[in-house]
Amino acid sequence: MDRKILLNNIAVPGIRSFAVYRSNGGYQSVEKALKRMTPDEVIEEVKKSGLRGRGGAGFPAGMKWSFINKKSEKPCYLICNADESEPGTFKDRFLMEKIPHILIEGMIGASYALGANTAYIYVRGEYKYLIGILNVAIREAYRNGFLGKNILGSSYSLDIHVHSGAGAYICGEETAMIESLEGKRGNPRIKPPFPAVIGLYGCPTVVNNVETLANVGFIINNGGSEYARYGTGKSTGTKLISACGNINNPGVYEIELGLSVREFIYNEKYCGGIKDGKELKAVIAGGSSVPILPKDLILQTAAGEERLMTYESLAEGGFVSGTSLGSGGFIVYDEDACIVRNTWNLARFYHHESCGQCSPCREGTGWMENVLHRIETGKGRMKDIDLLVSIANKIEGNTICPLGDAAAWPVASAIRHFRHEFEEHVLHPEKCKNPSLQRTRSNGFAIRWHKFTSGLQIHWSV
Amino acid sequence: MLDKKINHPLHEKENRTICFSDAIMVKVKQIIARYPAGREKSAILPLLHIAQEEFDGYLSVDAMDYVAGLLNIQPIEVYEVATFYSQYYLDPVGKYVIEICRTGPCAICGGEKMQTYLEKKLAIKTGETTPDGLFTVKAVECLGACGSAPVMQINTEFYEFLTEEKIDQILEELTVKAKKEKPEKSKWIEKFF
Repeated sequence: MDRKILLNNIAVPGIRSFAVYRSNGGYQSVEKALKRMTPDEVIEEVKKSGLRGRGGAGFPAGMKWSFINKKSEKPCYLICNADESEPGTFKDRFLMEKIPHILIEGMIGASYALGANTAYIYVRGEYKYLIGILNVAIREAYRNGFLGKNILGSSYSLDIHVHSGAGAYICGEETAMIESLEGKRGNPRIKPPFPAVIGLYGCPTVVNNVETLANVGFIINNGGSEYARYGTGKSTGTKLISACGNINNPGVYEIELGLSVREFIYNEKYCGGIKDGKELKAVIAGGSSVPILPKDLILQTAAGEERLMTYESLAEGGFVSGTSLGSGGFIVYDEDACIVRNTWNLARFYHHESCGQCSPCREGTGWMENVLHRIETGKGRMKDIDLLVSIANKIEGNTICPLGDAAAWPVASAIRHFRHEFEEHVLHPEKCKNPSLQRTRSNGFAIRWHKFTSGLQIHWSV
Repeated sequence: MLDKKINHPLHEKENRTICFSDAIMVKVKQIIARYPAGREKSAILPLLHIAQEEFDGYLSVDAMDYVAGLLNIQPIEVYEVATFYSQYYLDPVGKYVIEICRTGPCAICGGEKMQTYLEKKLAIKTGETTPDGLFTVKAVECLGACGSAPVMQINTEFYEFLTEEKIDQILEELTVKAKKEKPEKSKWIEKFF
């Protein structure tokens, strides 16, 4: 279970440079694809590999590529989604910082398969230092004939450019990213038409996550069926998991899909257990958008089976008792974490990041933030809890892009699994153990006064 | 994202000349050339980054109008982009913009405490600038460095695993640096774009 695909050479000194990367077997896939494979054969291998999008949605990459109409007269574009902004996720940053060439190699293979002659890497604005690293790597690839006109003497040409975002979570959504690349506000588009039909500048476009593209080199070199030998069932290959929160060893780990969640949390090789010997309380397994699960449900499914790090096992139980592998942002909460405060924090995040196009999301995220803040600061009412569920239900599925769902799920799941904690917060806010709040909570009179005055207000409802 | 206000163009006319140097213009032309002919508007995000860096760290209405002129688009097209993205500052900021992360993973690892400490240490509230014009504190959402929480970003640099002592040291270093050095802005742009 420790076989690796992406991070095999991570410890090689100087692997960031072209020379070292090349001497460790880098860019072989470009030679193989351009000299011995047709673009359709590359797509076929990627389909066979079962590689699923690593950005969060998990859509099969080969299938996404096959939607491109090759006979179209318009040019085709490949966009690499490096706008990694999901709280808890920092795997793409790690990969691009340490081995930028693995991404460029994968992008060349993917662009060749799609017939794209221009590709963009959309890097989030906060990662400005990465733009420098990527530009150096791209320049090296040009100098060595792997980018530019007639790559390796073939008739295929490709240019890769880095484009910087400017701080907007929503631009990680593929159509918002396309809008942003066109120089507009990052407002997602209504789908269909999907980007494969009408994407960047109205041309067929594929948007893939950094990690997805980084896997392409291996698939071309070794074949799709070899890739499918990694992992289990429909979750093939490996996955970069960025572990953070109250654990001993936060960081990025490449795991073979199928590892058990228990081992991932407690094994010294991975998270190394909970910090300061505390108890595990809850886990958000795939970036802040996926449902939070309490200890007993993250280690085992509701049916009592061992929970595994695969797309299927984590989703086991649907929304009632399951979650999702998402983007691989693994956030661990210890026994002292306050679920109410954390849910409020994430609700604030989604409110801040909502683009404002759809009313349910624009208004609803703000309502959820306000109601959660009311509960968090000791001014909550019992019926606020159901109010939150009602708001979440009304956002979910009623927006153009998945940000609405992403905002609703953390709130709905936190109430589903930790309702008693919300009730406790309403009844006895002063009991919350969160140390950062002791200061505000110690003022018992203020809390009682708020409770008294809030009882006098006219209640609004949704 | 929606709560930014834009200064009214007639409100205040600036005295300084807003114009890129020749060296920067070479860079600007390179950036515009990355996009297909007729799609120059795509260069708006990188150009606004450069304009912000060149013109005192924030985007005044004049600066935005200048970028609109470079790309041959209407000023409103620049305004609507500049107000959408959180990394464009529409009001003057200090030399060092401290962006402290307060989202989920950082929050449970002490990010909020660090924010309070910064406010106390610099004697300003989040969103304000110190009287000497050196530091501005901003609270931001996830910086994508959750594994090394708590985290803050000062201009383009990440500072990770923050503690109170570490913040003291960083602020001290930056204060000394600000007194000594002359700003070399073009270097930043060379490196990153």
